[in-house]
Amino acid sequence: MNGIHDLGGMHGFGPVAAEPDEPVFHHDWERRAFALTVASGALGRWNLDMSRHAREQMPAAEYLATGYYEHWLFGLERLLDRTGLVARAELEARLRDPASPAAPHPDASRRLRAEAVQKVLRDPRGAKSDVDVPGRFKPGDRVRARALNPEGHTRLPRYCRGRAGEVVLDQGTWVFPDAHAAGLGKKPQRVYAVRFAARELWGPEAPGRDSVTVDLWDEYLDPA
Amino acid sequence: MSGHDHDHDHEEEGSPLSDVALRVRALESLLADKGLVDPKALDELIDTYETKVGPRNGARVVARAWTDPGFKRRLLEDGTKVVSEMGFAGRQTDCLVVLENTPEAHNLVVCTLCSCYPWAVLGLPPVWYKSAPYRSRAVIDPRGVLREFGLDLPAETEVRVWDSTAEVRYFVLPERPAGTEGWSEERLAGIVTRDSMIGVDKVRRP
Repeated sequence: MNGIHDLGGMHGFGPVAAEPDEPVFHHDWERRAFALTVASGALGRWNLDMSRHAREQMPAAEYLATGYYEHWLFGLERLLDRTGLVARAELEARLRDPASPAAPHPDASRRLRAEAVQKVLRDPRGAKSDVDVPGRFKPGDRVRARALNPEGHTRLPRYCRGRAGEVVLDQGTWVFPDAHAAGLGKKPQRVYAVRFAARELWGPEAPGRDSVTVDLWDEYLDPA
Repeated sequence: MSGHDHDHDHEEEGSPLSDVALRVRALESLLADKGLVDPKALDELIDTYETKVGPRNGARVVARAWTDPGFKRRLLEDGTKVVSEMGFAGRQTDCLVVLENTPEAHNLVVCTLCSCYPWAVLGLPPVWYKSAPYRSRAVIDPRGVLREFGLDLPAETEVRVWDSTAEVRYFVLPERPAGTEGWSEERLAGIVTRDSMIGVDKVRRP
């Protein structure tokens, strides 16, 4: 989707404000929102691409006015509601009344236990495909990113669509996010690091030797 | 979307809870009552990224690469395997590509679409890395961004930006600063900064 999350190349957001000696979390609720997101994900009711897509549904003005863990919370509430784990109305009721009713859920047996945390953090999240799918390109090939504008989730940034570059790395076979986020299966395919000259992306004023390298799935590319 | 108009003024610790804090608390209590989350597992997750996994991991990788040429060669060939052998495998780092900074080429990492970051070697990303200014400008004006971090690169240095759009995570091996010859691995690790491993700064000799 051509959403506000696809920020690459936009102007007007001002300087980068780095905070010296920044803490890992700024508020206790950020700690809890982070951990709730990871622990709820371990229930296995949605995949990584669905969770990114859920965060991208936040209205643009709200997305820009809120911090990162608020985006995560937005996505988490949406996924919990969609999967029936926690209905929106249940959350609203709990906000009004801390003693609102909540019965044990059948998925409780799958909850992430404290002793399993380190193992779960070490397990790959299934984005890498077990099967090796041959690709159409190899390092050194010239390719052009397709001018696609899907309404659903995609990992093809707007700024490189229609632009030509060179494959610099073959990254192996990975699940295709556009399909996976929509619940349409894994559609595994090759991913390549594609290097675009800064001038190809931004015009003749850009420094001549600079570049941007983007990881792109086979299906995002045509030969150039 | 209703019910999501939280108060954007973040609370200070100890003052009354903000709307978003109340919302997170309500959600956690509901999930715990339903048996869907174990509060002890939440504590363990938080403790892991607050006290155990952070940029000190990455600094050890860099210091070893600076002192052991064989290790450096293997790290650049297969970062995933080498970092995993050091015990730093984990979330957001299933596949790691290590980029070596040199006087000729300076690498810089961003995730324009969200906040992809190699957690296992750098911990959780800082706010600026996830912010609109960095995500928008790192690709179109990397030299301007670097100047804001105090790094003014000469025109002849090639700037290579890497946008982490897939599950591959990028980790920058910064240049070893002059004047650190003969330093121990431990002493070198002490001067490697998080920002240098993202590529927004160089390592400086203190």
